[in-house]
This record gives sequence, structure tokens and C-alpha cells, in this order.
Amino acid sequence: MSPKNTSPETMSVFSPQLAARFDALVEKYPVRRSALVPMLLYAQDEVGYLSDAVIAEVARRIGITELDVRNVASYYSMLRFKPAGRYNIQVCTNIACMLRGAYDLFERFEEELGIGHKGITADGLFSLEEVECIGACSWAPAIQVNYDFHDELKPDLVPGILDGYRGQAHADSSRPEGSR
Amino acid sequence: MPRLVSHPDEVKIVSRRFGMGAASIDRYIELGGYQSAKKCLEQGPDWIINEMKASNLRGRGGAGFPTGMKWSFVPKQSPKPKYILVNGDESEPGTCKDHLIFLHDPHAVIEGALIAGLAVGAKLGFIYLRGEYRYLLKIVEKAVADAYAKGFLGKNIFGSGVEFEVITQTGAGAYEVGEESALMESLEGKRGIPRIRPPFPAVVGLYGGPTVINNAETIASVPHVIEMGAAAYAAVGTPRNGGTRLFCLSGHVERPGVYELPLGYNLKKMIYEVAGGIRGGRTLKAVVPGGSSTPVLLPEEIETLGMDFDQVGKAGSMLGSGGVVVIDDQTCMVEFALRTISFYQHESCGWCIPCREGTDWLKKSLTRFHAGFGRAEDIDNIRYLAENMLGRTFCPLGDAAAMPTIAFVKKFRKEFEDHLNGKPCPYARQGVPQLTVV
Repeated sequence: MSPKNTSPETMSVFSPQLAARFDALVEKYPVRRSALVPMLLYAQDEVGYLSDAVIAEVARRIGITELDVRNVASYYSMLRFKPAGRYNIQVCTNIACMLRGAYDLFERFEEELGIGHKGITADGLFSLEEVECIGACSWAPAIQVNYDFHDELKPDLVPGILDGYRGQAHADSSRPEGSR
Repeated sequence: MPRLVSHPDEVKIVSRRFGMGAASIDRYIELGGYQSAKKCLEQGPDWIINEMKASNLRGRGGAGFPTGMKWSFVPKQSPKPKYILVNGDESEPGTCKDHLIFLHDPHAVIEGALIAGLAVGAKLGFIYLRGEYRYLLKIVEKAVADAYAKGFLGKNIFGSGVEFEVITQTGAGAYEVGEESALMESLEGKRGIPRIRPPFPAVVGLYGGPTVINNAETIASVPHVIEMGAAAYAAVGTPRNGGTRLFCLSGHVERPGVYELPLGYNLKKMIYEVAGGIRGGRTLKAVVPGGSSTPVLLPEEIETLGMDFDQVGKAGSMLGSGGVVVIDDQTCMVEFALRTISFYQHESCGWCIPCREGTDWLKKSLTRFHAGFGRAEDIDNIRYLAENMLGRTFCPLGDAAAMPTIAFVKKFRKEFEDHLNGKPCPYARQGVPQLTVV
């Protein structure tokens, strides 16, 4: 499937660290393909989403077709084929969070960011998602921003959370490239 | 950081090391860690399996299958390698106990997997965490690396010549993968579609080899069973229900949290004393006793209900995964039913038609109903639809969606009827947008 004449094997969308991680991962399993789901997630963490180039590279490295990779990737809700914001805000509204005000919390995020479910802010800094249970039911309502949990929230805490990430983005951008 | 709670009625076994820094291997050893594995190495497989059977430890994932019996089904001789699979894909709404185990006591999971490996003769174990638990995966990965460095994992564990390796694995967002056969598919790099059984995983599992698959809390309980002795562990619970459970109290209680209580502990006491009663002095309307897939119970059904697998089963529900979701009198049960079914509709993998179509139609019907466009016959139709999903799917997700739905209709028929005749939800939260008749 991969057009070898147009995409030389030397060209990689993976960083050297991600490539090394992949090489170590595939060696561990009894079957090479077992690395597929984690690799897709790690690649997404680095690139931001599963671009055509990421899918082609994962397919080549595992030794399966791109179609096969897409077929598996489309099953998992954390994997995406389009970019999200730099900070992807995932608000759980499942039963335990719902009972403790998750919809009010979600609405406050919508207001503060001016976007809805699956929206991205114009500056690309934030995206917003309503998600299913994230395993923080006893500390509800809870959200995840990328992989960070924030629990026992109230709508009034929303501006502070957003400011925290804005500050983090600002600090990152004022550091020299490559040290991020 | 999830807040830890405490109550005098707790019997801390699995949570004994929570908050004590036991994610560090030296601290874990200081607190008695890895002694159970050493003992099992000396005593051998038959002794371990007999201990597990005598402990009455039952699966903490939901089905409550006796752990020792599950292990005994693995054939002694196998032409294919055997595997241990720790299911940490915790995704059942209401459940957050494995979250704490991975955070505070990851070595208990590793040691439990190692003991399971010794019991059945497996040389490789997998610890599978849901994709959302990335910060916990890092903690578990560090613990595994530390265990290798100490020689507790590897080709020659404790210098005995016995081999046991552990691989950590992340999912990428899928409730269905918490189902045992779907989890094995995911681990083989495929979509998480369930397999038909028999053959059961103990005979044909991961990569076609005999596989023990247990919930993370079950596995984390194993070293404690060995340490306490099977008889002492069994004595903590009720007959055929050994030990404790991590009960995840959530919803409208004053003090939500994860409490470790002996099996058989009264549910009413759990809500009113351990979790401090209903928030804001309101009254109890209903409780979901074991995660969103378990049928809801009414206040009069919990008066004398002991929380073990058999008693909750007899009451018409299930002990499930330990997620106790408490609902007060201000809640619309139609909305609650809708939110529950929306989850299952989202998570149905689509493999079996009764589940794929059933969850979708239930969501559509309940959405319309909650918005005030319901018809009287819808109430029975919702129940009829759910009843026809039961037992007609490869995996229990179809049942998990159908069982609570049937209970909502049966026990809260009045609330369904109150939504009829074009009325918007009479119980709605203020400001919730309602569909209007055009």
C-alpha cells in the first residue's frame, strides 16, 4: 500500500526518541503487531494527530497495510485524524460527574472559550470535548486536560484552570526551541 | 491528586499501603512487599491454587467469578506459551478503584501477577491500563523497571531460575476493551471486538495460548491473601465472598470517596454512615450498586442489603465493579437513564446487531421521551427493546445496557409517565434547554 517510490524509507515523521521507543516496544512482544495501539497513541502525542504520514509510517514499521492501521485506529476514541488544540479539555459528563454538576462545568468551559463540543479556539490553544467516564467518579466532577486530571471542580474554578495553561504555553514559547 | 478518605469501619487490606509511598520499591519491601511471591515460589503451584480457592476471592471486575477456580482451569501442559493478563482498563462508570491501586500500590499488582504466573506456569504477564491513565502508566512502568533491577522480574526471579516477565500496555479509549476477549484483541493490535466463547481464555486466550485474565483489584488482592493466609482472608467477608472490596462512593453523598469495606457490609450504612449521608440533607431516591451496568435499587431495597455478590444478586442487581452511585430526590430518572444509555450507545463496538441497534434505538427513544415528545406506548417499548437485547450478544455489553434500562422503567414508571403529553421534563435542572413543539 505505501508508495515506496514517493516516500523514501529514510524520511520519518517520528523523532529519534519516538523511533527508539518504537524499536524497543516491538521487540518486547511475542507478536510485532501488539505495539500498534500504544504506538498510535504515542505518535499522536508527538505529532498532534494521526496524519497520513503517521499512519503510513506506523504501517511500514509494523509491516501491515495502511488500511489495516486505519481500521484499528478508528475504533479507539482517543485517537484522532484531525488536530486538537494544544490543550485538549475533556469534560466527563457521565453519571457520577453529571450528578455533581458536570453539565454546568461543561457550559462554563463553552462560555469561557467560545467553543462547543469538539471545537478548537482560533489561536489553537484549547479544544473542548464532552467525554465518557474517565475513572475519577469519587472525585467528581472531573476533567482531563491532555493527560492531566483536575478533580472536585466547580464552574468558578474554570477561569483559573485556563489561565494556568495559558501561562504554561507562554512560558514554553519564551524558552528556546528544542528545550520544550 | 485524588483525595484519600478514611472511616473507622474500613478494613484496609488492598488499601493498606495507600498514602504510604509504596510506589517506591524500597518502601514497598519495607512494608512487607514481595514476601508473598517468595513464599509462593517455595510452596509451588498446587499450594497457591488451593490457597486462592480457600480464600473465596472472587473477581473484582464485575462478574465475581472465583479466582482460584479460574486459575485451576489453565491446563498444566500446553504446547503454546501461557500468559497472565491484568485488566486495568477500568472504564465502568462509577468505578475509580484501580486508579488508586496504580497510584499508591503498583507493586501489589506486579507481585500479584507474578504469583498468578507461578500458579499456572506462565512466563509472561501484561498489565493493561486504559489510555486515559497515562500518569498512572508512568508510575507502573517505573515500578516494573525497579522490580527488574531487584531481580524480582526477569529470567531468574529471586535467584530461583524461574522466569517471569512483565510488559505494560496502554489502551487508547474504549470501554469495550475492558471485556476480557476484546482486551486480548486490543493487545494483539486489533479493534476491540469480543470473541465467541467457548473456548474460554484459560484454554485459548492471548495469541491462542492459555491465559489468566483478572481485574487489577483482584490481582492486587493476591499478595494479601497469601500474606494473611486463605482462612483469615475468607473470614473477613461472608460465606463464599472472601475479603474486602474497594467501594467507590459517588454522586449525592456528603463524603464521596473510595472506602475499603468487608464484603457483606450493609449498603444503607455505607451510604448514611461511611459516606456521610445524602448531600445537603436531601433524601435518597435510588442507588446504582455496582457501576452503571447494574440495575438501580430503591431505598426500601437497601435496608438490610449486605454488599456481597450473592445478596446483591438475590436483590435483583449485581455487585459489579464496586461503583456505588447515590442519587437524591432532585434527580430526573429519565435523564439518568438517558445518560446511562448514551454511554453504552457510544461504547457499543457494533459487532452484535442487538447491542448496536438496541443501544441506538434506546438512546433515540429516551432522548425524545425526555424532551417531552414521548408516547404512552414508548414506556413499554423501551422495556421490550431492552429485554430483547438480553443474552443475544457475544459479550456482556448488550446486557450491561439492557439491564439498567429495564430496571429504570420498572421502578420509575411514574417518572416516565410524568414526561408524557408534550410536557418538558418536570424534574429538569434549571436552565436546561428543552426541545419545543413546532
